[in-house]
Amino acid sequence: MHFEYNIISGDFSNAGSASSQIKKVLKQLNVETVTIKRIVVALYEAEVNVVAHSFGGTIFVDINTEEILLRLKDTGPGIPDIKLAMQEGFSTASPQVREMGFGAGMGLANIKKNADKLEIKSEVGVGTEVTIMVKLNE
Amino acid sequence: MDNQYFHHALKISEANCIGCTHCIKVCPTEAIRVKNGKAHLFENRCVDCGECFRVCPVNAIYVDHDDFNQIFNYNYRIALVPGVLIGQFPENISIQEIYSVLLEIGFTHVFEIEHTVDILLEARDDFKKKNPTIKPLISTFCPAVVSLIQVKFPALVENLILLKSPLDIAALYYKKLLTEKGIPEEEIGLFYITPCAAKIAAVKSPVGENKSVITGVINLDFIYNKVYKSIKQSEKNHCLIPHKDELYAKGILWSLTNGEKDTTDGRSLAIDEIHNVIEFLEKIESDEISDVDFLELRACDESCAGGVLTSGNRFLTVERMKNRAKAVEENENNFFLSSEIKNHKAFLINNMNVSKIQPRSMLKLDEDMSEAIKKMGKMREIMEYLPKTDCGMCGASTCQTLAEDIVMKRADITDCVFIQRIMEQKGSMTMNEAIAKMKRIWGDKFNTK
Repeated sequence: MHFEYNIISGDFSNAGSASSQIKKVLKQLNVETVTIKRIVVALYEAEVNVVAHSFGGTIFVDINTEEILLRLKDTGPGIPDIKLAMQEGFSTASPQVREMGFGAGMGLANIKKNADKLEIKSEVGVGTEVTIMVKLNE
Repeated sequence: MDNQYFHHALKISEANCIGCTHCIKVCPTEAIRVKNGKAHLFENRCVDCGECFRVCPVNAIYVDHDDFNQIFNYNYRIALVPGVLIGQFPENISIQEIYSVLLEIGFTHVFEIEHTVDILLEARDDFKKKNPTIKPLISTFCPAVVSLIQVKFPALVENLILLKSPLDIAALYYKKLLTEKGIPEEEIGLFYITPCAAKIAAVKSPVGENKSVITGVINLDFIYNKVYKSIKQSEKNHCLIPHKDELYAKGILWSLTNGEKDTTDGRSLAIDEIHNVIEFLEKIESDEISDVDFLELRACDESCAGGVLTSGNRFLTVERMKNRAKAVEENENNFFLSSEIKNHKAFLINNMNVSKIQPRSMLKLDEDMSEAIKKMGKMREIMEYLPKTDCGMCGASTCQTLAEDIVMKRADITDCVFIQRIMEQKGSMTMNEAIAKMKRIWGDKFNTK
């Protein structure tokens, strides 16, 4: 099953709308509540990242009985040093973004903690593609 | 779990129901459908919030409370009264007068349940200390919220504070008080005067407990009318019993919005009205809001002052209760009952816990995930055909709900009036067939002359 959601750059008021829709889908599919929580937390963090840092992007969601695959593809500045960005506390968020309660630098680390697999491909000046996989049957 | 029977206090009177769309539109859990011209309730989805009760234009939705006269089956008839009862009356009717009349109409004892708040607070602090990792802790005071979490936010049942409500503690206390005086249990009737339907459901099929100690539940609206009538009719002054057991201010304010929140340390929030509660729980469930220590959630606007069985205007009720609390705080001569309760504190604290509350999720399309995925695929396909007008003419509140009902085999795509017209145009449905369909949903009430 495939879903797609658009993410608009800077639209913090709607950040989280994709994760809440996916949450409803997962509840309907009778996925364990603990697993749903991991997926939703990871997706929400990733969604906020795209809103905060990119020029906009798309979420591609694929679900089968084994796993859920979340692919967030954006156009934007890209991440120069992925390893550094993965560290807890690392943040490039602007003061405005931090004032809104985002940008504490927990984003990627938090996604990794909740995902069974996390893959980040990024090209500076072009964009970033974050792929999150969570197994549904464990 | 899903097929288990849950007692619901809200019932639909088939005789009175005219088959309209008011209730299906406001139900926050999509628990109502119209078929054969009558509203039908999915009991497993209903959380007894009473939104349908509020909007029904013909009072076809009623609350299944206990008959008042059954109190006379007991020698000791205790009225367990919520603070909001006093708030129903204008300020010129004194608390003494109201309580005196409660005794005149048949009760032998009157006890305000919020007297137990102090003890609950102690137990709550202890629960908090023992569960430092649960964030936020969610109050179980409002039974409609507890049900809502069970059916719609199953992951959050872990956050519920597993302690009895002031009502249950009050019932336990009074029973203990009387049995200690040698009164046989079977002579004691404990009756709660309820401002809402959810409390009735909570007493009849308690969550996290086997059986409630409360004997019966009586509609607050009924008691209000009976008491008010008695006050208005009698020329003579009522024999006033001195109101010696004043509540502490926090007890008086407990059932109002912020009543619990104002007694907590740390970051806590108070949210009232069921749609506001749902909106907030969505965010909590996704971890969008963290670092909240405590949540006070109430299904009704202005909390219990806005209960579906209250008669007074909720803002005036709040005003009177706040005035009462203020007067208590200013008057140092008040005699508080709490010393007597304190003698039973150890017993009450030991009996304060309720067992783990189980989720009863209503959302899953199938136990088996591959079946559920198939059904969801079908639902999405059906949605391509439905008009997304959410008109309710199929008897379900939204097109999405109809799509779900179709894959769950509770409805058919031809229930949609838009689909019917297109089928008529294509010649695959006759007008008579469409009208027959309409009658199956809305009943045979159309003047076809």
